Amino acid sequence: MRITGVIVQRELVAYFATPVATVFIVIFLALQGALTFNLGNFFDRGQADLVSFFNFVPWVLLLLVPAITMRLWAEERRQGTIELLLTLPITPAQAVLGKFLAAWGFCTIALALTFPFVITVNILGNPDNGVIAAGYVGALLVAGAFLSVGAAISAATKNQVIAFVVAVAVCFTFSVASYPIVTEFLSKNTPLLAELARRISIFDRFLNFVRGVITLRDIIYFSSFIGFWLFLNTVIIEARKAD
Amino acid sequence: MATSLGPGAPQSAQQALIEIDSLTKRFGAFTAVDIVSFSVAKGEVLGFLGPNGAGKSTTMRMLAGFMIPSAGTARICGHDVQADAIAARRQLGFLPEGAPTYPEMTVLSFLRFTAKIRGFAGSELRDRIDNALSLTGLDSVRLQTVETLSKGFKRRVGLAQALLHDPPVLVLDEPTDGLDPNQKHEVRNLIARMAPDKAIVISTHILEEVDAVCSRAIVISHGKIVADGTPAELEKLAPSGKLDDVFRALTTQAA
Repeated sequence: MRITGVIVQRELVAYFATPVATVFIVIFLALQGALTFNLGNFFDRGQADLVSFFNFVPWVLLLLVPAITMRLWAEERRQGTIELLLTLPITPAQAVLGKFLAAWGFCTIALALTFPFVITVNILGNPDNGVIAAGYVGALLVAGAFLSVGAAISAATKNQVIAFVVAVAVCFTFSVASYPIVTEFLSKNTPLLAELARRISIFDRFLNFVRGVITLRDIIYFSSFIGFWLFLNTVIIEARKAD
Repeated sequence: MATSLGPGAPQSAQQALIEIDSLTKRFGAFTAVDIVSFSVAKGEVLGFLGPNGAGKSTTMRMLAGFMIPSAGTARICGHDVQADAIAARRQLGFLPEGAPTYPEMTVLSFLRFTAKIRGFAGSELRDRIDNALSLTGLDSVRLQTVETLSKGFKRRVGLAQALLHDPPVLVLDEPTDGLDPNQKHEVRNLIARMAPDKAIVISTHILEEVDAVCSRAIVISHGKIVADGTPAELEKLAPSGKLDDVFRALTTQAA
């Protein structure tokens, strides 16, 4: 745990030592603001809630989170620092977890910086802040799920463009697994998988949080989803660290 | 060749700190390292020689636990580098080929990172870093980011990281590559000063270096050991008595 903490610290500082952090946070906030107020009709709805904000959060994360994760391992390979990192007295699992937690911490900072939305809606009306808090918990879990997918894919390739595109595609597939785009194709071919797909949609789970409902089932779903991809990440790193 | 001792062997002055046992690495049909065995005892500085692509870096990477051997094994201070990887790496200072470091970090924060990973804290952490900085002559650039440093300084940052925890085993892949003659001289002096307490392996293709610092040299070609002896013994292999000629004769005949 101590070693994981040291890696988290190094990674987090590295985000802010490069323009990555600034660019990511500025674009995230600008995109989120534009979508909420224009496409989301925040004012016209006349409701004291952040539904029009949260509706766009998973889509923006779907685009931006793979941009963080694409460099996570691919960059270490390109610079050769992976050889330094993995010959220190640490296990691959500690490195995987440290990188993931740092990226998650960074996403938490970006999400926390959307606090003006919360202030705005509280000035304009009397929203249920418990529901808003649940929405934020959901947004964090969605970010964690996308990060775990992107990190594992980054470990499998040296090429950052491939890491980005494949991560967006995989995250998208899991996000809309219950939508006709995925289920129609699956029901024609393998009905069993279609039934499974309806249950594992990230966006459906997220909507529960936006409604203010936090259930143990959804928490277990997200933990096992993240856990599975982190495990896969560790396996990939151990198997092909030198490639 | 020194005899190998088992993992449970008692500590003694002549114990082999590095034991490489039938190490083999294949990439598809190509065999990069072909059943290489040797051991290095405390006090020895082993020069690992060979042309580019002979398998020097691959052997060192397997020793450091970065590459998984296709066959065979290696032990550092009795710890198997695969089965007991963390314990083995605690005893190891490793300078990877090209001395990779995180470019956006300052020299000080980079060394602080590796020191914390190795479990140092408080005043010991500061002392270790100060010591490593002064040994490698990095004091003047401690607050500069690594990307702004010259090639020679970058190499020394990698070296400082490998020395920081005063490990009994040092594996340095081309430690003097890219250094100017003065810096080369300093690094060789540094290695010579540390030699009595450690087992050191340095890879190089600079043959003068072998005479300058190594107590023993192994020549590797096409993944196989083709010579193993003291620099003086190796020099006797060629009529001219020059290491250059020995090296050329040993590494071209096999091709």
